Amino acid sequence: MMRFSVFTYAAIGFAVLAAGAIVLPDWAMFLFAMALAKGLVCLGIVGMMRGGVVSFGQGLYYCLGAYTATLAANFLGVSDIFLLTLLSAAVCLLVGLVFGPLLSSYRGIFFAMLSLALSMVLYGSLSKMSFIGGTDGLNIGAPTFLGWAPEGRPLQTALYLYVVAIVVISGTLMRIYFDSEQGLITLATRDNELRVEYLGASVRNIMAYNYVFGALLGGIGGTIAAVALGHVDPEFAFWTTSGEFVFVAILAGYLSVPSVFVAAIILEMVRSFSNLYFPNTWQLALGIFLLIVIVALPGGLGSLVSRRKGDPT
Amino acid sequence: MDLVATILVDGLIYAGWLFIVSVGLTLVFGVLNILNIAHGSLYAIGAYASASLVGAYFAAGGEAFPYGSYAALILAAILVAVVLGPLLERGLLRYFYGRDEVLNVLVTYAVFLILEDVMKLIWGVNPYFVYEPYTLLGTVEMGSLFYVGYDFAVIGAAIIVGLAVWLTLNRTQIGKVVLAVIHDAEISQTMGVNVKRIYLGAFMAGAFLAALGGALTAPMISVTPGLGVNVIIVAFAVVIIGGLGSVPGAAIGALMVGISRAASVHLLPEAELFIIYFVMAIVLVFRPEGLFAKTQARKI
Amino acid sequence: MRKTVLAGALGTIALAGGVTGPAAAQDDTFKIGVITFLSGQAAESFGVPAWNGGKLLVDMLNEGGKLPAPYDTMGFGGMKIEVVVVDEAGGATKQVQEFRNLVQREEVDAVVGYVSSGDCLAIPPVADELKAFTILYDCGTPRVFEDNSFEYVFRTAAHATMDNVSLARYLKSRDFDVPSFAGLNQDYAWGQDSWADFKGAMSQLYPDAEEKTALFPKFGAGQYGTEISALLREKPALVHSSNWGGDLQGFLIQATARGLHERAQLVLAAGDHVIPQLGNKMPDGIFLGARGVNGLAANARGGELKELTDTMWSAYEAEYDTFPVQAPFRMWQAIFGLKTAVEKAMADNGGTKPTDEQLAAAMTGLAWDAPSGRIEMALAGGHQAIQPNAIGTTKWNTETGKMELVDVEYYNARCVNPPEGMKSADWLAQGFPGAQCD
Repeated sequence: MMRFSVFTYAAIGFAVLAAGAIVLPDWAMFLFAMALAKGLVCLGIVGMMRGGVVSFGQGLYYCLGAYTATLAANFLGVSDIFLLTLLSAAVCLLVGLVFGPLLSSYRGIFFAMLSLALSMVLYGSLSKMSFIGGTDGLNIGAPTFLGWAPEGRPLQTALYLYVVAIVVISGTLMRIYFDSEQGLITLATRDNELRVEYLGASVRNIMAYNYVFGALLGGIGGTIAAVALGHVDPEFAFWTTSGEFVFVAILAGYLSVPSVFVAAIILEMVRSFSNLYFPNTWQLALGIFLLIVIVALPGGLGSLVSRRKGDPT
Repeated sequence: MDLVATILVDGLIYAGWLFIVSVGLTLVFGVLNILNIAHGSLYAIGAYASASLVGAYFAAGGEAFPYGSYAALILAAILVAVVLGPLLERGLLRYFYGRDEVLNVLVTYAVFLILEDVMKLIWGVNPYFVYEPYTLLGTVEMGSLFYVGYDFAVIGAAIIVGLAVWLTLNRTQIGKVVLAVIHDAEISQTMGVNVKRIYLGAFMAGAFLAALGGALTAPMISVTPGLGVNVIIVAFAVVIIGGLGSVPGAAIGALMVGISRAASVHLLPEAELFIIYFVMAIVLVFRPEGLFAKTQARKI
Repeated sequence: MRKTVLAGALGTIALAGGVTGPAAAQDDTFKIGVITFLSGQAAESFGVPAWNGGKLLVDMLNEGGKLPAPYDTMGFGGMKIEVVVVDEAGGATKQVQEFRNLVQREEVDAVVGYVSSGDCLAIPPVADELKAFTILYDCGTPRVFEDNSFEYVFRTAAHATMDNVSLARYLKSRDFDVPSFAGLNQDYAWGQDSWADFKGAMSQLYPDAEEKTALFPKFGAGQYGTEISALLREKPALVHSSNWGGDLQGFLIQATARGLHERAQLVLAAGDHVIPQLGNKMPDGIFLGARGVNGLAANARGGELKELTDTMWSAYEAEYDTFPVQAPFRMWQAIFGLKTAVEKAMADNGGTKPTDEQLAAAMTGLAWDAPSGRIEMALAGGHQAIQPNAIGTTKWNTETGKMELVDVEYYNARCVNPPEGMKSADWLAQGFPGAQCD
C-alpha cells in the first residue's frame, strides 16, 4: 500500500514539474533547474538530519561532482550528460566511502565543523591549481543527450526535464529508504543514539550510509549545476555555499521529501528578486527572510504537509 | 635574527590577535551553546566604531594627548557590547535557547547577513582609517628586523584578556555561578540563579571581545565592508581546535594556528591558504571534540 | 498534498513572472543592465566608484550637450538611457543566474559589467547562447578571449598583462637597478596571474635579477605582519604587489610602519585607486600603475583629449568630492564605446534601435576616444580592447596637500599589449615580438 502510494506521488510529482517545461518562461526554467539541482544536495543533508547530524560541508561533493564533470568534459571529451552524471556520482561515491566511516563517529557541531573543514581543504586546493583555472574556475560546454545536441530553448528544456527526472527518481528512492528499516532506525538515532545501540543496531554504520547517500546526491547535484551554468569555480566548495544548502534543508525540515525542492525553489526566488529590487540591501532582505522562516516554521515546510501522518518522531 | 625566532615572534603576534578574536566566540558557545556567526559582524562593527570614535577623538583636539586614542578604542568596543549585546540576546537569541545547535548557527548567519548591510547603511562603503594608535608606540628592532610596538601591545592585550576571562570564571563568585549555569542551567535556576542575566552578561562579554578584536585591528588596516567574513572562519577554526567552550583551548588553538601559519609563510608560502584547515582537520581526527573539551555524559 | 505544494509553488512563480515581467524597453529608450560590486571588498575600490562615474555619465548623456564632440548628442543616438543595477557580489553561480534574469526577464538591450575575472569567464558562453550583447568593462584575465572566442561579448578595457609589462618597462627605462625581486600578491587568480606576468616580463628585461620569495596571503587577510617579516628577512631590491582595495591599504600601512618601503622599492600594478583614501600615508617614491591611463595619470596627460578628460574629472570631483581613480575611467570607456557602437549601428541600419547582432557588428574592431585615451578593439578578432598605459612615481605635495604622480611615462597601446593572434603568455616568453614602443 505504502509503496504504491509513493510511486503514485512520484508520477504526479513528475507530471507537475514536467509541466513547468511548457508554462515557465526561460529565466524561470533555468532558475528552477538550478534550484532542483541544489535541492538534490539538500536532500542528502536532510537524509543526515534524520539521524540528527547536519553537514556544513556538502559543498565538498557539490564541488567535486561539478569539477569531475567539467574535467571529464574538457580533457576526456565526454559531453553526454548521462555519462557525466555517472562519472561524478562514482567519484563522489568513492570519496564518500573514504570519509563516511571517519565522520560517522562525530556528532552535532563537530560533525558540522569537520565536514566544513574537509570542503574548505578542497576549496583551498582548487584555488591553488592555476592549471585548471584556480579561483577563476573553468567553463564546461553544453551537454549532449545520448548523441542529441540541442541548442537554445530545446537545450534548456531538455536539461530541465533531465533534472526533473533525476529529482523524482532520487526523491522516490530516498522516500523508500526513509521508510525502510534502516531509515526508521536513523530516525530513532535522532531521538536517542545510545538506546539504538543497546537495541543492537550499529549507529556508526547507519551514519556512514546516510553520509554516502549525501555524497552521491551532492555529486549529482553539482554535475547538473555545472552543466546548467556552464562554469565551475572553487566557490562551489566554499562554506557559504554549504551554508545555503543547510538553510534549505532546515527550511524544508526532515519530514517530507518534496518540501526540500520547494524550499530550494523558494530560496532561489527570494534571492533573485531581492537582488533586483534591493541591489544594495539584498543581504538584509535575505537575512530577514531567513529569520522569519526559522521563527514561523520551526519544523520546516515539511511540517505543514506531514501532519496527516501524525508526528513521526 | 634567525628564522626560528622570527617565526616564533610572527606567530605570537598573529596568535595574540587570533586569541582576542576567538575567545569571545568560545565564551558565548560555552554559556549559551550558540556558535555565533555574527561574531564576525560584531568584530567588523567594533572596527568601524573604533575608527569613528578615534577619528572623533582626534578631530576634537586629541593631538595634545594622542595616547587617549587607546581609551577611545576600548570605549568603542564597550559601546558595541552595550548597544548590540542586549539587542541581539534579549531581542532575538533567547527565543532559540535549547533549540538545535545547527539551527542556531543559521539564526546567527541571518543576523550576520543583516548586519553586513546595516553596516553599509551606517558607514557607507568608503574605507575608514585610524593609523595614529598604530604608529604611536614606535618600532622595536629585533636583530635585523623592525617590528611595530603596537603588535606587542596586541600580544599584551591578549594576555590580559585571557587572564581576565580565566580569573573571572575560576576565581570569582560570579564565575562560579556562570560555571554552574554552563553545567546545568535548569538546576541553577532552581537554586536561585538568575540565568537570564548570566546569559545576557555572557553574550555582552562575547560581543565586547569580538568588538575589541575589531577595535584593536582597525588601526593597522583600512576598515571596509566585508571585514567580518574573513575573520569568522579563522575564529571558528581556533575554537574548534581548542575545544568549544574552553578558554585555555582557545589560547592553545590560537598559538597552534598562529605559529604554523608563520612557519608556512616563511618556509612554504604556497600552503598558507589551507594550513589553518589542515591543522583543524588533524586535531579533529585525533581529538574529535577539540583539544580541551570536556567529554559530555550521554543520556540513555 | 505534495502535488498541491508543488503546484502552488509553480503557480506563485508563474504569477510572480507575470506581475514583474516588464515590457521590453520602448524604442525611444535604451536599457542597459549594469553589474558591479555594491557590497563586499571590491565595492569600495572598484564597484561603487565605477558606478558613481557611470551614473554621472549616463545623467550627462541623457541631458545632452554636456560633453565635447563627438559625445555632445543626447543619450545613445537620441534614445534615453535607462539602467538596471545588480550587485556583483555572490560568485559566478549567482551572476550567471542574474545575467539570464537581466536578459530574459528584464529584457535589457545590453549588459555592461563584471569586475571579477571569474564572472568574466562564466558569462560569455551564456551571453552567446542567449545572443545578448555584452560588454565586460573591468576584469583582467587574458583567458576570456585567449581560450575561447565569442560573438556577442566584448571587453572594452585592456587585459592585465599590460599592467605588469608596463611596470617592468618603467623600471628599465628609468635604469632602475634590480638585483633581486620578491612579490606579495593576493592568493587568487588575479594575484597569481599578475605575479606570473611580472615575473615573465622581468625575466626578459632583467634576465639576471634573482627571484626571491613569492608570497600569497589569503584574499582579505588584513594581517601582513608575517609576510612583511619574510620580505624584510629576504632583503629583495624590489617588492611587486598587485593587491588592491583593503588588502593593499592594509599592506601599505603595515609595511610602511616597519620601514619596508625604505629597504625595497615597492611597485604596484594597480595601486592608484588607494591614493585618495591613504593621502599622505601613502609613501613617496612608489612606482604604480592604474591599469590604463586613468586617474592622476590621465589628469596629468594633457593633449587632445584634455577637454574630455577635464570635463569628466571636474564633474566627478564636483559630485563626489574626491577625484576619479581607475574604476570610473574604465566604466566611462565602456559607456563611450557603447554609445559609439549604438550610433554607428543606427547610421548603418537607417536610424532604428539596433538589434544585438547589429550592435555586435558595429562594436567589432571599433575605435573611440575616452578620457583614458584611444580605445581600440584590436585583439581577438575585434572583441578585445587595447589601450595606452602609464606608470608614475608617488610624490606628496606639501603645499597643495595632495598626492601627485611624477616622472610619469606613457606607453603606446601596442608597446605593452600583445599583437593580434598571440597569447600573452607566449608573447612574454618570446620577448615581446611585434611590440611598437615608438
